Amino acid sequence: MSITVTQTLDLKGLSCPMPIVKTAQAIKALQSGDVLEALATDPGSVPDFIAWCRSTGNELMEQTKEADVFRFVIRKR
Amino acid sequence: MTEEWEAPHPAPTVHEDAPRKLVIFAWSGDLDKVWPQLILATTGAAMGMETTVFFTFWGLFPLLKNDKKHGRNRRLTGENWMQKMLSSMNHGGTEHLKLSKMNFAGMGPWMMGKLADEHKVASPTQLMELARDMGVHMVPCQMTMDLMGLAREDLIDGLEEPAGATSALLEAQGAITLFI
Repeated sequence: MSITVTQTLDLKGLSCPMPIVKTAQAIKALQSGDVLEALATDPGSVPDFIAWCRSTGNELMEQTKEADVFRFVIRKR
Repeated sequence: MTEEWEAPHPAPTVHEDAPRKLVIFAWSGDLDKVWPQLILATTGAAMGMETTVFFTFWGLFPLLKNDKKHGRNRRLTGENWMQKMLSSMNHGGTEHLKLSKMNFAGMGPWMMGKLADEHKVASPTQLMELARDMGVHMVPCQMTMDLMGLAREDLIDGLEEPAGATSALLEAQGAITLFI
């Protein structure tokens, strides 16, 4: 089953705290159930994304890596 | 090639009963402390925490407007010669912050800013605006304003009403508190 992504957020090159801050802002503008795809290159953002999803209750559906880009697929709670 | 991928180190455990409030006492006006103040404040807001920053003592100066009057060139606030002298030596705003070490008459912050640009680290000016946009409660310390001769109109817009230590400590109840 493929996931329909509502919005893709390009966070490549950004450093802490911007990947999480921009993700939070984007999620805020979405509807419950919408899916956000976030692309980041900051390795420090990886544990941050996992922690952020856990603490905010948004679902981290997929987490992949392609070359230097970390991809997170998050469903808004 | 796309790969399913596990974090190299486990993310911190989230405790259900962890405080959902963050209160930062921003005491320092040095670049190397203003940065973490604002990074933690914006992150707290991003995590959905009720976030308050109480700006006191040297920490109040980054709240001054970044204009000609208040920024680097010739900010002369205050009512008496002592406050005016202080304002001429301690520039306000977020654009010309000093480092607590390796300042080298401004060379250090200049290099730090250049590195930050290259690594796409948001500047204190950007983070200050972000914090405001994200609903961080930014509270200037009334006593410091009186002491240093800073009026409400010298400070940026979008701040909460100036307050005192009691309201700050009350806000800090049941919150994660940081003194930076």
